[in-house]
Amino acid sequence: MSTTYIQNAAPEQSPAVDSDRSRAENSLARKLVAPALVLMLLVTAFPMLRALYLSMFDYSLTAPDDKEFVGFQNYVTALTDWLFWRDTFTTVFIMIVTVAFELVIGFAFAMVMHKVIFARGVIRTSILIPYGVITVVSGFAWQFAFSYQNGFVNSWLPFIDTDFNWFAERNSSLIAIMASEIWKTTPFMSLLLLAGLAQVSNDMLEAARVDGATWWQRLYKVILPNMRAAIMVAVLFRALDAYRIFDNIFVMTAGANKTESISFLTYRQVIEQFQLGIGSALSVLLFLSVLVIAFLIVKLFKVDLADARQEN
Amino acid sequence: MSVLAACGSGSGGKATLNWYINPDGQVTLNKLAKDCSTSKYDIKIQLLPASATDQRTQLARRLAAKDSSTDLMSLDPVFVPEFANAEWLAPFEGDQADKVLDDDVLKGAAETVKWDDKVVAAPQWANTQVLWYRRSLADKAGLDMTKPVTWDQVIKAAGDNGGTVGVQANKYEAYVVWINALIQGAGGNILDPSTVEKGRDAKVTIDSKAGKDAAAVIRELAKSPAAQPDFTTSNEGTSLGQMFPAKGSGEFMTNWTFVYKNYEGLIGKPGGPADKKGFKDLGWVRYPQTVAGEESKPPIGGIDIGVGAYSKHLDYAKAAAVCVTNADAQTQLAVNEGLMPSRQSVYDSQALKKAYPADLLTLFSQSVDQGGPRPKSAFYSQISSAIQSRWHSPTAVGPGTPKKSADFLSAILKGKALL
Repeated sequence: MSTTYIQNAAPEQSPAVDSDRSRAENSLARKLVAPALVLMLLVTAFPMLRALYLSMFDYSLTAPDDKEFVGFQNYVTALTDWLFWRDTFTTVFIMIVTVAFELVIGFAFAMVMHKVIFARGVIRTSILIPYGVITVVSGFAWQFAFSYQNGFVNSWLPFIDTDFNWFAERNSSLIAIMASEIWKTTPFMSLLLLAGLAQVSNDMLEAARVDGATWWQRLYKVILPNMRAAIMVAVLFRALDAYRIFDNIFVMTAGANKTESISFLTYRQVIEQFQLGIGSALSVLLFLSVLVIAFLIVKLFKVDLADARQEN
Repeated sequence: MSVLAACGSGSGGKATLNWYINPDGQVTLNKLAKDCSTSKYDIKIQLLPASATDQRTQLARRLAAKDSSTDLMSLDPVFVPEFANAEWLAPFEGDQADKVLDDDVLKGAAETVKWDDKVVAAPQWANTQVLWYRRSLADKAGLDMTKPVTWDQVIKAAGDNGGTVGVQANKYEAYVVWINALIQGAGGNILDPSTVEKGRDAKVTIDSKAGKDAAAVIRELAKSPAAQPDFTTSNEGTSLGQMFPAKGSGEFMTNWTFVYKNYEGLIGKPGGPADKKGFKDLGWVRYPQTVAGEESKPPIGGIDIGVGAYSKHLDYAKAAAVCVTNADAQTQLAVNEGLMPSRQSVYDSQALKKAYPADLLTLFSQSVDQGGPRPKSAFYSQISSAIQSRWHSPTAVGPGTPKKSADFLSAILKGKALL
């Protein structure tokens, strides 16, 4: 098995000659792809463009006659409002903490799944079970667990009062929300990392061992660098997912005690208050911030996405 | 298509009307649905979630999508203007309008179903708040309850005599009910009533002398020993247990009409009076005054029945709405479920006189008749949330609160701030 690091040094092939055959093939390819492309445009581009359009209006579903074009006013309102920035901060905080925990725990799980010799199927399956649980269910389960009336967390943690109400203030509420989030999605992370681990060549590990590298050295110098693409994909996917966190907050606190995320803020504007204008503006901002995060992570890890798919 | 069509028209060509109800009084509502079904249509009950916010959201989503299967709906009065303004409610016209809104309907309830000079819903039952109290506590404080009392008197009487004052001050709708009643009791309004129906262009008038008087009452209670331990998260249920506590002299509590039947059912049980004699210690008077000498404006609640504008059977639905809100239906709801009528004639009926003390019935009907509505605006739910966000926590309310909430509310209505 070749690794991503042993890149072929073969010179780039010159562009294919435009033979009749290749032209015909290209044209056929375009025709075959076209229906899928049109469908994609319909289901993704249309709602996006419509949100962009609606975000330019002062438009409430309950006062449809008062619909009024306001240009970028909704964006100005959102971006100059402390509520938007407080919720953005909350969201980024949740994203960083959960992804960090998931990366470490997920990596440990991936190692276990990779190395385990006995009862492989059972162990792999049991690690993956939380990922099969619906987020709303996981949210309720952890809400009960943290509840001071019928939960077990307070009695398990020696430094916590038995009647400590986790959902009474911001920090403890966020801990509960993040615990549920981490528990639920760590298996996903470890699954992606497991794929990366499988790509690391045993030959290299053995060579390193022969050269006298310790376990830590093998981890830092051989395994992790060779997994960079897989780690990046895992972090990217999870970070974007975590940034759109909604279910756990909805179930556990409904946004009380300043635990609201950007998705939740958007939900409230559109679904609860029927303010389609400002709600659409927030959706567009959410979309843009997801793009920014994706860009930053790609830059940070300096990894070509194609690497992850072993296209090079 | 045939499947869908069959779904809508019911079996044998008989129409099915869907009536979305809130969970209060389900047994009687089911009976009303059956009684009011005719040879032409059946009324089918559909249950909405328990919280008023969720009820509104679910109905609004259906109506925004022009759902033709939403025929009848039970609406909290504060959502009627919003739904009517969006043209989601089919107005009653001619004879039917006269039937659902004749002289018999109490003024406070009647106000809630009018929008743009049209009758957009039918009042089914009316809720109001009165001041519930322990007669022994008032005696001990030497408070004369035969005359109107003020919040100031009530708070001092409770605080000086080991009693408490029960209110609803959690961050939710009933806290706005309290704030609104306090402001109206001082002769003011959250929004100028003559411009309130203009939606976003309504004039915000909460930053006024009345607003400050209201803030002063909340501040006084917050700082008084009469405040209950869970004052900042109190709701309709939390203060019930303080009326007949194991220790202490009980409370003064502003709360809805269900309180009477609640304690009557708890005689000899935990949380209730020890015996019938103890139950006799429960007293009731009109909602307290914010300012001495100025008549109080008791809060109004209840349920109005609206007809969905996109219903396939508008005529049937309107006829059904008239039926489930008539005097007979209201009597059943009052006697079986404790949901008080919106019609004067029902208060005067023998059935009710058997179930409630005469002076309590008079107090209820008077309170509904002379009560003050919350702002009748298509943007009510935003107005309510804006008020909650600046007036909660009640322990932080002060003379500056009305100004702060006025600025925020104006910004919200103009779309210049996020809620």
